[in-house]
Amino acid sequence: MQQDLLISRLRDGNEQAFERIYELYSRSLYGIIYSIIRDEAVSEEILQDVFLKIWHEAPSYDPEKGRFFTWILNIARNASIDRLRSKEYKNSQRNVHEEYFSDIMESGNQTSGKIDAIGLQKYIDILGPMCKKLIDLLFFKGFTQKESAQKLQIPLGTVKTRNRMCINKLRANVIR
Amino acid sequence: MNTEEFIASGILELYVYGVLPETENRVITKHLKQYPEIRTEVEEIEQALMELSGAVAPENPEHLLQSIKEKLSARPLAELSARKRSNWFTYTGWAASVILLVGLFFLFDQNRKLEESLEETRNRNIQLEVRIADARNNAEKTRRLLDILRDKNILKVPLEGQEAAPEAYAAAYWDKEKNVTYIDALGLPDPPEGMVYQIWSLKMAPLTPTSMGLLDDFETDENKIFELSNTNISEGFGITLEPEGGSETPTLERLYALGVVSS
Repeated sequence: MQQDLLISRLRDGNEQAFERIYELYSRSLYGIIYSIIRDEAVSEEILQDVFLKIWHEAPSYDPEKGRFFTWILNIARNASIDRLRSKEYKNSQRNVHEEYFSDIMESGNQTSGKIDAIGLQKYIDILGPMCKKLIDLLFFKGFTQKESAQKLQIPLGTVKTRNRMCINKLRANVIR
Repeated sequence: MNTEEFIASGILELYVYGVLPETENRVITKHLKQYPEIRTEVEEIEQALMELSGAVAPENPEHLLQSIKEKLSARPLAELSARKRSNWFTYTGWAASVILLVGLFFLFDQNRKLEESLEETRNRNIQLEVRIADARNNAEKTRRLLDILRDKNILKVPLEGQEAAPEAYAAAYWDKEKNVTYIDALGLPDPPEGMVYQIWSLKMAPLTPTSMGLLDDFETDENKIFELSNTNISEGFGITLEPEGGSETPTLERLYALGVVSS
C-alpha cells in the first residue's frame, strides 16, 4: 500500500516521491544496465536517461499491466539494448547475447573493487551455471520463455519451473 | 483457485520479469489484488531480483540523483505546455467566433453607414435640385428684368428717398400696356418687425393715393423686384412703411420713397 501511494505521488509529479523511487530502484536498474552495457560511464548516462523517462512517463504507467518494478525494468533494458544496437556501439562492443551478468565477476573487469563483489559472488555460487544463464536471459535481458528455451536448449515447458527453482535459491539467501 | 499451485507454477516470476503477454499480466494483477499470499510472493520475488541486480551494479549511483533532478523541471512544464496547447485551441475557437461576430457587426455597421450616406446623398441631391430650380427661377427673373429694362414701352420712374429715410431709393417700372408695375426695392432698408412696405399709385391734383399692394416677403426676395398690377393712370408712385396687412391710406410720416411720372 505504501508502495502504491508512492507511485501515485510520482505519477502526480511529486519530486519527493521521485527521490524515494530513485533510492529504492536506482541501484537495481544500474545493475541491469551495466550487465548489458559493461561500461560504467555509458551505464551512468543511460541510468540518468532511464530515470528521466520514468519521471516523464510515470502518468502512462498502468498498474493493471504489471508491477511498477517491471515497468521500470523494461525501460532500463530497452534503453540499454537500444544503445547497444546504436551505430557508435555496434562496431566496438561485444554482442549482448553472448555474455551473462555473472561474467562480470569472471572478466575481472575495469571497474575492479567497485562492484559488490562479495555479494555478487555469493549469488553466483548459489545459483549454479544453469540458473545464472536462465536468470540472465529472462530477467536481465527480458528474453521470452521460448527464446530462452532455444538459447539454452532446454524444453520450453521446463523454463517456468526451472526458473522458479532458481529464484527460490536466490530468495533463500536474500530474504532474511 | 488453488493459490499454492498458482504460485508454484513459476508464472509470478515471469510476471515480475515482464516477459508475459499483456492479457496474462492483467489476469495475474487481478489475482494479486484478490489474494494477499500471491501479492506477498510477488513482492518477495521482486525483492530478490532487486538484490541480485543491485549486486551487479558497479556502485550505488546516489551521486547521479542531483544531476537528474536538475533536469526534472521539464515534466510539469511539458504538461503545462500541453494544457496550454489545448487552451490555445479553445482560445482559437473563441477568437474565431469573436472575429466572426466582430466581422458581422462590422459589415452590419458598414451597411448601416452606407445606407445613411445614401440617404444623405439623396437629401443633398434634393437640395441641389431645389437650388438649381431656384437658380433657374432667379435667372428667369433676371432675364425678365433685363427684358423689362430694355422694353421701349416701359416707363422708369425713379423714387427718391424722403425725410423718413433720406438714404433710401427705389424705382418703378411701369408697363402701361400690360398694366403691370415692377418695383425695384433694393435700395430700401429691411422693414422692422411687424411692418411692411406698401406701394401707392398717386394722382397729383388733388393728391390721391391708391394702394397697389404690399411688398410681401421683402427680406427673402433676393432680387427685391416686385411685380404689382397697376390699372391706375398713375402720375406718381410712393412707398410707405405700414403696419402688417397694410393701411387704407398712406402714413405720410413714414413715406420712404417718392417719384413722379414725367410725361
